[in-house]
Parts: sequence; C-alpha cells; structure tokens
Amino acid sequence: MSTAPAGAPSKLGLGGGVSRPFRTTATEVAERRAHSRHTSMFMRMLIRAAMLRRGRAASALLAMIVAAAVATAMMNLYVDVQAKLRTEFRNYGANVVVVAKSGGENAARPSLPAGAVSNIESVLGSKAQAVPFAYAVARTRDGQSVVVVGTDLRRAQQLNRWWKVTPYFDVRLIPPDKNWIPPHSALVGVRAASVVTPGRQPFELTFEGQTITLEPGGILQTGAAEDSRIYLDQSEFQIWTGVTPTTIEVAVNGSPEEIQQGMKQLAAALPNADVRPVRQIMEGEANVLNKTRATLYASATLVVLTSALCVLATLIGWVFDRRRDFAIMKALGASERLINTFFAAEAAALGVVGALFGFCIGIGVAAWIGRANFHAPVVPRFAVFPYVLAGSVAVALISAVLPIGLLRHVQPAIILRGE
Amino acid sequence: MFPRLVYESFRRQTRRKLLAGIAITLGVAVATSMIAVATDIGDKINRELRTYGANLVVTPQEDTLDVEIGGINLKPPSDGAFLNEADLPRIRGTFWHHNIVGFSPMLPVVVKVSKADGASGDNARSDNTQDVTLLGTYFNKTLTFGKEDFTTGVRITHPWWKVEAKQGSCGDGAQPRPGRVEDSPANVTTTSSSDLKETSNCGWPNDNSQDVLLGERLAAKLGKHPGDNIGVNGHPLTISGILSTGSAEDDQIVAPLALAQQILGKPGAVRRVYVSALTKPPDALSARDPKTMTPEVYDRWYCSPYVESIAYQLQEAIPHSHAEQIRQVAQNEGTVLSRIKGLMLLVTLAALFASALAVSAAMATAIFERRVEIGLMKALGAGNVVVSAVFFAEALLLALIGGIAGFTAGSLLARQIGRSIFNSQISIQPVLFPIIIAIAVFVTFAGSAAAIRRAVKFDPVFALRGEA
Repeated sequence: MSTAPAGAPSKLGLGGGVSRPFRTTATEVAERRAHSRHTSMFMRMLIRAAMLRRGRAASALLAMIVAAAVATAMMNLYVDVQAKLRTEFRNYGANVVVVAKSGGENAARPSLPAGAVSNIESVLGSKAQAVPFAYAVARTRDGQSVVVVGTDLRRAQQLNRWWKVTPYFDVRLIPPDKNWIPPHSALVGVRAASVVTPGRQPFELTFEGQTITLEPGGILQTGAAEDSRIYLDQSEFQIWTGVTPTTIEVAVNGSPEEIQQGMKQLAAALPNADVRPVRQIMEGEANVLNKTRATLYASATLVVLTSALCVLATLIGWVFDRRRDFAIMKALGASERLINTFFAAEAAALGVVGALFGFCIGIGVAAWIGRANFHAPVVPRFAVFPYVLAGSVAVALISAVLPIGLLRHVQPAIILRGE
Repeated sequence: MFPRLVYESFRRQTRRKLLAGIAITLGVAVATSMIAVATDIGDKINRELRTYGANLVVTPQEDTLDVEIGGINLKPPSDGAFLNEADLPRIRGTFWHHNIVGFSPMLPVVVKVSKADGASGDNARSDNTQDVTLLGTYFNKTLTFGKEDFTTGVRITHPWWKVEAKQGSCGDGAQPRPGRVEDSPANVTTTSSSDLKETSNCGWPNDNSQDVLLGERLAAKLGKHPGDNIGVNGHPLTISGILSTGSAEDDQIVAPLALAQQILGKPGAVRRVYVSALTKPPDALSARDPKTMTPEVYDRWYCSPYVESIAYQLQEAIPHSHAEQIRQVAQNEGTVLSRIKGLMLLVTLAALFASALAVSAAMATAIFERRVEIGLMKALGAGNVVVSAVFFAEALLLALIGGIAGFTAGSLLARQIGRSIFNSQISIQPVLFPIIIAIAVFVTFAGSAAAIRRAVKFDPVFALRGEA
C-alpha cells in the first residue's frame, strides 16, 4: 500500500524512498535505514498504523474528542454556573443591611455618618451595591400619617428590580445621569397613592411644621411595606425634614465566605452601625444554590463517566482489532515490553490529541450553554485542562493495556492463522 | 433458520453480546435518570425556593395605610380593618390548594413591656415600661377544612426563623430544620412536627399556650433568656425561646395568635395573612387582566398556577380581602427557576448525546469484529438484505433487553439522586418508558447501521482470508 504522500519529509523515514523523484537502489535504502536511529522505526509504526486503518483510528479519535469535549464543558459549567446563579440571586435585592446603632450620643434620632455609602463602596469595591434610606412620618393635609422615605431612586430601583414602577411621564426623556424623578415629584406607593393623591393631583405633606408640595411622578407596586410609602429623592428629603439616612441596604455579590468577610470589613469601617445579614435572602440563596450544585455535580459525573465508557468501548475494539499486528510483531521477535510500549505510546498520543481538540470544543460548548441560558458566556477555565488531559490519557492507556493483557498468553501463530 | 441464527449468535457470543448489552444498559440508565431529574427539577427547585418565604399576602380590602418603620408600627392598633380568622381554613378550599404550601396570619399589637422581672411587673412604675410590637401568629397550628386536617404557620412559611431554646430542652441542641417542604402540603409536618413534639418543640411555643418568643435584639436589650418571664401589659408571660430572623421581628415579641387577639380585645381578628404557594413562572397570559379575557382564556388563566391567579382565588375565598403578590419573592423565583431548568435541560442533552455515542460505539465495534461471519454467510449465498436483517434483529433484541434493564437502573438512580439531594422522591412518569425504549432502539440501530453497511459491502473473499 503506497499511501505515503508524495514529498513526505524523508528525515522522518516516512516515504522510504518509494516516491522520491530520483531512483534509489535497494542497497542504498537498506544502508540509509541501517544508519537511521531506532526511534524512526518506532515512529514509523505509530504513524503508519494510524494511516493504514484510517477509519478505525478516526473513530477512536472522534470518541476521544467527544468525551474530552463533554468532560471539559461539564467541568467548566460546574465551576462557573455557581457564580452565574449568584448573580441571578442578587435580583432578590440586598443581603446585608447597615443600620444606625440606637443609643450613643444621639439616642433620639440615630443616624449614620454622612459618607457611609461611599465608605461602604470603597470597602467592598465593585462587587457591592449600596442604597441609603432615610425615614420620616409625615402628615397629609387631612391628618393621615404616612411614611416618607428619602433615597437615591435610581439606585434603589437598580437594587430592587422587582419594584414595579408606572411612571406618569416618559422615562426616556430623562437623561441617564439625572435622577429619573423630576424635582418636587415623588414615587408614590400604590396604597399610599389611593389615600394621598387619588386623582394624580399634587399633594402637600407636613413634617414638624415644614410643608412640602409634591407631584406624583409614578406609582410603585411591590406587594410589601413599600406600597404604603412615598419615596423622595434623598437631597430633597433632607432639605425638607433634616433627617439623614438610618439604613443602608447592601447587595454583596460572592460566596458565603466572601459575604461574611465583607460584613466583617463593614463592621470595622462603620463602628457606629449594626451590620446585619438579611437571613431570608442569604438562607434561601444558600439552599437553592446547594441543591442546584449537587444536582449539577451528579449529572456532570454521570455524563463524564458515560463518555469515558464510550472511549473505553471504542478503543478496546480498536486495539483488539489489531491483534494481527501484535502477533506479527511478536513473531518477528519483538519483546513484550516493546509491544506494550508501542501500544501505550499509541494510546497516549491518541489521548493527548483527543484532549487538545476536545478541550477547545468543550470550551466552546460551555460558552454556548452560558450564552443560551444565562445570557453571559462561561469564562474558559484553563485550570481544567490538566484534568481533562490526564483523564483522557489514563482512559486511553487503560483501554490499550487491557486487551494486550488478554492477548499476552495467546500464541502468535493462532492469531495469524485467523483463529 | 433466521430465528436460529439470531439465537445461536446470542448463545455462542455471550461475551460480545454482554459487552454491547452493558453499554446499552448504562447509556439508557444515564439517559433515563437525567430525563427524570430534568423533568422534575422545576418542581423540586420550586419547593426549595419556598425557603424565601411567602410570595402572597392577603390584606383587608378597606385597609388604611401601614405606618411602619423598621418593624415598629406607629399605627393605632384598633385602626383599620381586619380579616376574620374563621375564614382562613377556606384557603384550603381554593382550586390550587395543593399548591399552597402554608400560610401564616399576622396580628401586630403594641404592648407595654416592663423592663423589670415579670413577677414584679404588676406594680412596675410607668417609666419602667417600653412600647414593643407583639406579633400574633400561628407557629405550627393544626386546622380543619372539611374532613381534612392540615398544619400551617410560620415554621412552614418563614423557614429562616430560628429559635434558641433553653439549654438542654432541645436534645443535643441541634436545630431540626423546620419548614421542610414535603411532597404533599397535606403532610407537611408528618416528619418534622412529630420529631419536634418529642423534643418539646425546641423552644417554639405551643399555639394554644400563653408562651411567647422574644426577638433576639429585644432580648439583649431587656436581658432576658429562655425560660424567664416577661411582663406584657402587666401580665407575666413565659419566654419559651429567643427568636432570630434577621429582620424586624428581632425587635418584637412573637406570640400565639389567640394571645394577641386577647390583648387587643378583638377575638378572631387578623391583620394580614402570608401565603406561600408553588407557582408557575409568569408568561404572556399571566400578565393579562382577567376582566378583559374571553371565557376560554379566563378558564385557562384560572386553571394555571400563576401567582396572579392564585391571588385572585384567595381573594374569592376570603371575604372582603385583597390578595397581592409579594413581588420581591414572586417575581424573582420565575427567573431563577427558568435558569436552573434551562441549565438542566442542556446538561441532559449533553448526557443523551454522550450515551447515544457510547451505545453506537459499542455496537459498531461488536459488528466490525464479525466480518468473517458475514463473509461466510455471503459466501453461502445470503443476500445483503438477509445479512443486514440478522444484524438488525440482534440489535433490536439487545436494545430491548438493554433498554428495560437501563430504564430500571435509571429509575433507581433518579430516585437515589432525588432522595440524597432533595430529600424527596423524583417521580418517573410511566410515559417515559416507551419513549426511552424507542430512543434506545433508534440509537442502537443508528449506531449499527454504518457498521453493518460497511460490513455487508465487504468482499467475502478478503474477509474469509483474514485480510480485512
């Protein structure tokens, strides 16, 4: 079978002179072969074996690639999905609250220091979102008590994404750097609105003798305490009431340990404040995340095991199929060690090539799953590669050595006779 | 002759058949368990999401504004409207009552707490008292609707509430996990409550008692411990445990509902009810207003467990009420749920792909090894169709046997996964069985087809001379 491609590099000893442009005599060929290194024969056997039974070798390699790809994708997903899900869980809002300590020098009206929000953001960096809240009880014109909250409305809405806000005007007209509520208007909770401003008319509120006239800028609906409140911009609120923020809601992103660490840092940075976890949010998140992780782990294990099995089945078939090669080598006087090395090297090469291709494909699959499901690609984890490589080579070696072990005691003559 | 060929092939080549059969069994087992887990994960995660607490709140229709900052209610206690406690069991009579995991009525009352010991509280001076909110609720109350008994209360709807009992009263001090949502809401308390009763409720007060829980910050302020007495409006009450919730209740007293009603002087009064329900993620239909729907659409909307339609049904069940979704909980669970479901779907696809490949690889190998046999058959005059038929018949037999074994193994595996991860059964739909068998047969055929075709095309002379 003259399958050697024309112009193949002769230093590999591949072409053997058959297709060289000039003629060579048999003695020249023999001489050259005698002087070339022994490894060239070994390499030649390896490569020719792959070339001659292209179909079988390709299907073994394909199985290897698919298995490595699936394994890579599952490992990547397992590592990255937790971070992805944590981001989703931050939609539940703040998981830490910072509350001014009651007591101290200003027992009647505890408040947080002026720079508390920027302080929190500098301590926790970009992984946290902090929104201050200041509360006061004002009276409407007919003497009804209503809770008024001063806050950064844009941030509050970013933190609490479940807030359903129906603006009374086109939000798109407001420049993005401005607070979307225009001056002298307020975000009115849906229940407060029915009391304070049933016909969307401007309304008056009084706090400690100070009266303010506000226009309803939008209706807020949450199904919780917010529905009975009126939200104002912080600076306007402070000018009117003089009340400074008493509560800062913080959404900290990260693992439970990172959140604990962040809370410790916050407590150290703000000695006059209580830093408390929102247990409802933290425990719900931990619970759901743990279950998901466990399920994903079980599935990933199953998938990786199945694909390893697939490789094992294919490779064992491939090696078993070549028992004639094995018999010929043995009949020509090859030592058992050489034969083992030969098949092992072949399997290892297959494992390495399969792992390389499979890793690239697997990264792509993981990225696609991330994009399809979480709308953000899964970041490739190259730390996974050594595991995939080691796993592929190990599976390949096992499937090469297993049939050889079975064939060891068989006489080469029996195999060559086709029995 | 044909059945004999197939039979003898199985009898004489047991090893090869066993290998292929094992591959099919394993592939089908993985596929079955993954499909079962993926179809059930939505329901399981939905139940786990209930640890975020109630997603619906029922309030009186004609309610006045809440004036409440940081858990301290500034509204006069008798102000506003109330719901009737006697109406609450009707929640179990709504269309989606199987989806309602639990509910807790709440009745906040402002009380005066003496800072001194309860024993001397009767003659405490007025400057020695403090206004505190006392919250009346169900802890783990058994109610009856129709012929059915069920248990509900904050231990189910507020699973993050933790109670620290008097030392030694709660076994080894380990907190059993309350609010564990079992498969059916009817037996939500079968395991947890019976365990808890044996350990004297671990600090949780009995719903018929005069015992209270003290919020942890309030307890620290007053210097009280479990087992102490506290004077509430001059009456000494026993503190059965210290409550930690991480929110407003830490500054409050939490008492059985009947006690709060007695203090307020309004028997049967409930300010609001928190309802925890399993819901379907919102879609285009859920957002529509039921008033504008055609009767058919309305029926479909009414019979889907959307949070909106459950709210509507609660409103129907309880007179003069207004039910509203708690958007923080209700709106987010849909996203989390669909993300996790989507993830599992994609992982299941990967698993199906991998197991299909494993089965085809095993089949291809098994057939390729039998070229000599094919050569012999062809040399004796068998046509391509007959040879292929023999191999396909063998593949069909293997697929059926492997499929049945794999389905059984996969069901057990899925059950094991469900029990170890979610503490509940993963139900396997019987309809899955024919689907799985069909997939197994299809994949086995597809895996064999290429190998059979190649084997059949092979010249029998080369095959018999062993030059393949």
